Amino acid sequence: MALKFVTSRCKGCGICAYFCPKKVLTVTELNKAAIAEGKENDCISCGQCEMRCPDYAIFVEREAK
Amino acid sequence: MKEALVEKYFRKGHLPHLWCPGCGNGTVLGAIVTAIDNLKLDKNDVALISGIGCSSRSSGYVDFNTANTVHGRALPIATGLKMARPDMNVVVASGDGDCSAIGGNHLIHAARRNIDLTLVVFNNSIYGMTGGQYSPLTPPGFKATTAPYLTIEPMFDILELARAAGATFTARATSYHVPLLTSLIEKGIAHKGFSIIEAVTGCPTNFGRQNKIAAPALMMAWQRDHGVMKAKWDKMTPEEREGKFPIGLLSERNDVTEYTKAYDEIIKRAQGAEA
Repeated sequence: MALKFVTSRCKGCGICAYFCPKKVLTVTELNKAAIAEGKENDCISCGQCEMRCPDYAIFVEREAK
Repeated sequence: MKEALVEKYFRKGHLPHLWCPGCGNGTVLGAIVTAIDNLKLDKNDVALISGIGCSSRSSGYVDFNTANTVHGRALPIATGLKMARPDMNVVVASGDGDCSAIGGNHLIHAARRNIDLTLVVFNNSIYGMTGGQYSPLTPPGFKATTAPYLTIEPMFDILELARAAGATFTARATSYHVPLLTSLIEKGIAHKGFSIIEAVTGCPTNFGRQNKIAAPALMMAWQRDHGVMKAKWDKMTPEEREGKFPIGLLSERNDVTEYTKAYDEIIKRAQGAEA
């Protein structure tokens, strides 16, 4: 799995963290989305975060087939 | 929205956009862009016309033929463009106040003519940019700057209004239901006639704070819990429908002549063709 964050665009609204089915994401003290501690390998690349992010600040990097 | 689409369609120098943290407008704009990409339209053949308001800033961020026009008057300007360039796919982005109050008259007449425009109404139930005054789409029983003791006015069902006025494609989705919203916008652009897609979206700053649902994710969860797909909605009793709203394709008809086509005939007749 690979999540790409564009932190300069992230406003820390928390929509990605709330709807993440695996609770991989969190919002840091600096008000930016990030991967929660210990969840580095839990992302299932479902794309819910990428789909709803209003700031185009999180992307799922899919491996080329 | 996928990163490749941001690269392809956005004026990236203008990002981050000015919308508040958690504002659903970005998600709705993402759905518009994804729909246009899915239809494989050349971006030079697409125009995005907007009025005034938070949602109307959307036209500034994307690399189509764009115009951020005057308050409530996105539809007349889009009508002019469509008459001059009937080959162009004209999408209109308008807010709930822009479209139903200031531009309410333009909405019903664009719908009446059945001109081939695709109107996406960003319905956040409030005038966000000016500080949270209630709009014709604010439901009764909510607080607004202009209704500190709760709103008492019934709201428009903007899709019923447009359908009654003559719109031939009406649909609703939310910023939570992104794939549905994208596919409805896609169908609306492909539809030859006046299409209106209401995108229910959240305003955490000016609607949420006053009504104690300021967390953006909770506003989206509200949309998830209150939007009901039309097939299920049709089977529900009035009691079950209380507080909920239908989503999906609500009406479509293809038996009405589209306005630019009818006008083409007038041009031919004026030039001496047999009637």
